[in-house]
Amino acid sequence: MTSPAIKVNDLVVEYMSSQGTIRAVNGLDLSIAEGEVYALLGENGAGKTSTVEVLEGHRSRVGGQVEILGIDPTAGGSRRRELRDQIGIVLQTSGIEPEITPREALTLFGAVYRNPYSLSEVVERVGLGDFVDQRVGSLSGGQRRRLDLAVAVIGRPRVLFLDEPTTGFDPSARRNAWELVRSLHADGTTILLTTHYLEEAGFLADRVGVISRGEMLVEGPPRELQQAHGRSVMSVEIAGAGSLSDVEASVAAVLDGISSTLAWQGTRLLITTEETTKVLERITRWALSTGADLSEWSIERPSLEQVFLELNADIDREGDDD
Amino acid sequence: MTEARRFPPSLPLLIRQAGHQLRLFVRVPVAVLFTIALPFVVLLIINATSGDRLIRDPDGEWPVDAFVCVAIAAFTAVSATFTNLANMVPIRREEGVLQRWRSTPLPVWVFVGGHVLAAVVIAAASVVFMLAVGVALYGVSVPMSSIPALVVTVLVATTAFAAMGMAVAALVPTASAASGVANAIVLPMALISNVFIPMESPPTALDIAANLLPLRPFVDAVQAPLHPVDPTTVPQWGALGVIVLWGVAGFACAVRTFRWNAAPGGGTRRRRAARQSG
Repeated sequence: MTSPAIKVNDLVVEYMSSQGTIRAVNGLDLSIAEGEVYALLGENGAGKTSTVEVLEGHRSRVGGQVEILGIDPTAGGSRRRELRDQIGIVLQTSGIEPEITPREALTLFGAVYRNPYSLSEVVERVGLGDFVDQRVGSLSGGQRRRLDLAVAVIGRPRVLFLDEPTTGFDPSARRNAWELVRSLHADGTTILLTTHYLEEAGFLADRVGVISRGEMLVEGPPRELQQAHGRSVMSVEIAGAGSLSDVEASVAAVLDGISSTLAWQGTRLLITTEETTKVLERITRWALSTGADLSEWSIERPSLEQVFLELNADIDREGDDD
Repeated sequence: MTEARRFPPSLPLLIRQAGHQLRLFVRVPVAVLFTIALPFVVLLIINATSGDRLIRDPDGEWPVDAFVCVAIAAFTAVSATFTNLANMVPIRREEGVLQRWRSTPLPVWVFVGGHVLAAVVIAAASVVFMLAVGVALYGVSVPMSSIPALVVTVLVATTAFAAMGMAVAALVPTASAASGVANAIVLPMALISNVFIPMESPPTALDIAANLLPLRPFVDAVQAPLHPVDPTTVPQWGALGVIVLWGVAGFACAVRTFRWNAAPGGGTRRRRAARQSG
């Protein structure tokens, strides 16, 4: 299938607040292929939840075109039912009555789809076995989020929306949820997730989009973002060049003209820069000429988290200039 | 292919939804308490304290305990439909339940219909219970020939009251406000509708108001087929007409104003905050 599973053109979302009209999403474009896992990253208020709510059909838009599997989420009647049958949604609020059990909830929800998973299959895949017959009201936060996931996937969705699916999970529950997402991915499910956890996005997503103030800042595969947008951290032990402050002064002088920052971690000098080759060359030349001894060189690529923080810091600086 | 499959038929889905609502009802102790237990206790107290008076109406005289028992039977049917829906639907909205179902292929009418059907079943069961109490303790008699009129009256009226309850649920923004609003409507209306206190010589204005509101006509329509002197065998169409008009107005209002997600700043935000700090 060549047409994308999720297609968004020039999306504009506004909502009213006591301060007047706020534009939450401002001309966003998004195209997600069938079978792709896409992570939408952004700080609180960046517009990611507003975007997902429009795609889910839970929020109206001011402008732009949106299609999920070729159907506008605001469609009514049989088109609406057709679309709802093919999508699964994990909302930020659970939406299951505390008085019933996961087994009862899944039986009830499973009955409305054309081709649902069986109860036992979902219970096993999501890991509900321990508490499938307990009241929902007595479940822990993490158990309840697992139930939310189970309810979202019971209809065997082609497109799955996960709005902060692992918020409140402990590490092992998060691992289980990731395994589930990966197995759904392997089945060919298209998945759009929003998350605060960059590790999660990096681990799960084929592509990541970073949004800020309702606009797409940058998107691409996580590795490419890391390579294109972050500064590496180089570290090295330097001996035979005097005290630490002498070393720092010398290195600072040698690196004059190269954008970099210096810091110490014990006796290791940390150099944060985008221009790793130049730094390496200058420091090596300086060490050869002065007889200083360099050992334990390492170069670390930035984490997705650093990329994200830097992109947002850039935006804030631009904002301050206004 | 999955595309070739048909959606499950609506009637079993409707029954399943109604069954779900019934299950929830019996698992929410406060709902059972307010719908059945409390009116039952009120009935016992009123009848223990009202002596052997006779209530005179145009068709003859009622022993006061039978009169009150039948009136409270009608009142429980209103609690089971109007009050319960006006209370519970906003709570479910704040829990995100409505939005969750809105995300599924379940047709909206089946979802709402499940609530209404369950409420009508609870109302019917409450009426049967109260009338059984009346037969056992207060000399109420239920002639076979009256039963069809009674059944039609209860089914039509409780469906209308359910629609009115949905209208309140639609109009009131938060769950905490909804229970207050529902009771503020029902309790004063009950006081002028012969439910707890039979009105023997009310001021004309109050009498007219009571007859234009839906509860008094409903009480009248339930009492008529159970009248000790002259039970009717056909429904009170005039009274039912008033109730149905209210029901249609409630339905129209609910359809136009119903909201599936909680108002921002309502319970959802508080709960999210609690979740994040917890």
